Amino acid sequence: MSAVAIEGVWKYYGDYPALKKVELRVEPGSSVALLGRNGAGKTTLLRIIAGLSKPSQGQVRILGSDVRQERARRRIGVLGHGISLYDELSAAENLMVFARLYGLPDPRKSALEWLERTGLERVRDGLVREFSRGMKQRLAVARAFLHDPEILLFDEPFTALDDRAIEVLQKLLSGAHAAGKTIVMSTHQLKEALVIATHVALIRRGEIAYAGERTQQMADDTGWLYRTYEA
Amino acid sequence: MSSELRTAEAGAAVRIEPRARPRTSLLAKIWTITAKDLRSEMRTKEALNASIAFSLVILVLFSFAFDPSSDQFQEFSGGLLWLVFSFAGALVLNRSFARETQNDCLDGLLAAPIPAAALFLGKAFANFALLIAVEVVSIPVFGLFYDVHWAGQFGELALVTLLGTWALTVIGTFFSALTVNLRMRELMLPTLVYPLMIPALMAAMKLTTDLLAGTPINAENVFGLKLLAGFDFIFTLLSLVMIDTVLVG
Repeated sequence: MSAVAIEGVWKYYGDYPALKKVELRVEPGSSVALLGRNGAGKTTLLRIIAGLSKPSQGQVRILGSDVRQERARRRIGVLGHGISLYDELSAAENLMVFARLYGLPDPRKSALEWLERTGLERVRDGLVREFSRGMKQRLAVARAFLHDPEILLFDEPFTALDDRAIEVLQKLLSGAHAAGKTIVMSTHQLKEALVIATHVALIRRGEIAYAGERTQQMADDTGWLYRTYEA
Repeated sequence: MSSELRTAEAGAAVRIEPRARPRTSLLAKIWTITAKDLRSEMRTKEALNASIAFSLVILVLFSFAFDPSSDQFQEFSGGLLWLVFSFAGALVLNRSFARETQNDCLDGLLAAPIPAAALFLGKAFANFALLIAVEVVSIPVFGLFYDVHWAGQFGELALVTLLGTWALTVIGTFFSALTVNLRMRELMLPTLVYPLMIPALMAAMKLTTDLLAGTPINAENVFGLKLLAGFDFIFTLLSLVMIDTVLVG
């Protein structure tokens, strides 16, 4: 059973097709870097995989279940463009809200554990609105990992991160990959992404232009993929 | 184009075991949303303060415009009260889903394993509590400025207020979700909500006017109460059925 199965997905915004019959299967344990230029359809595809948007045609299955089923959503951790955290709540309160929604047995314990893992334990009672951009992003990463999801869906996770946050995120992603989690992340930052990617999918104008294993050539020459498949 | 991403090591080494389903009741999740919204609002008091201030200003201004002791006023006292509740309520309801646009919080909630209907109910209960708080402040001020003895039929007045407020809450919360991504949502929400609220508002206004005049609910006006209850039931049900489509599209 595929971790993520995207079957004939089309997405229209009005008359404009943002995605055109996308077919993609991501196997459990893979780490996929979803690449493409601005407006190629990466975020649209990731939002559909996460169940945040419905495809106009086709379907997405998460470990065999429809993505809008609770069973599927419990198994994915999503980090989108926004941090999905409440400015008026403290770091610990934010994580506890999500821990309760995911039905974790001890929300407080889980929240404190992840605050410690992301280096935010000292500001656990601080309001999110008082946090720096990097701290907010680390807290958002903690929220995505909080319920120990089997599939991680990250949209541009390295954008606007400071060095410490990049280090924390890379460590967490590497650990998750080593533990057999499936990772799908859209990114422009090939260098950071290719460190942990086992596979690459390139989207060009709403279509999958290339999908396959990551090769050493891609890591050595980050422009090669675009030159070869976007020409 | 069909693309399969697989490596021998990834495909073979990793086995996904089905997990035991965490046991969290739907009610607990609904309460989590309600508590989160109330806590956020209590930290800033943006909507609550604006709504209470607005209702008090309207009540004071209208007291200058009308002679509260006239018989004519007795005929529209309930109407005045419900107009104040509706206009002040729009300020609370506007903030409901708008709060979720900050930092794309709605995405976090939609990605969580909580049905959209439960999310809707959680937010509706928080809005209901805030609207009741506005009304609890407004009604005594209304009694004071307009010389109305509102406590005479307290139980029945409370019932009508609760039913009318839930009608406003459920319609307002639903349209708050529908208009959340619109640039002119502050204008769109009342424009959409008030026409739909007409049957419920008319019933609540009539019943409230009767109760403030000392007439209890009887065979002549009980239809209004039934209409309010029916309105609440139908629109709650419709909202619960349609909210997933509204939020996820």
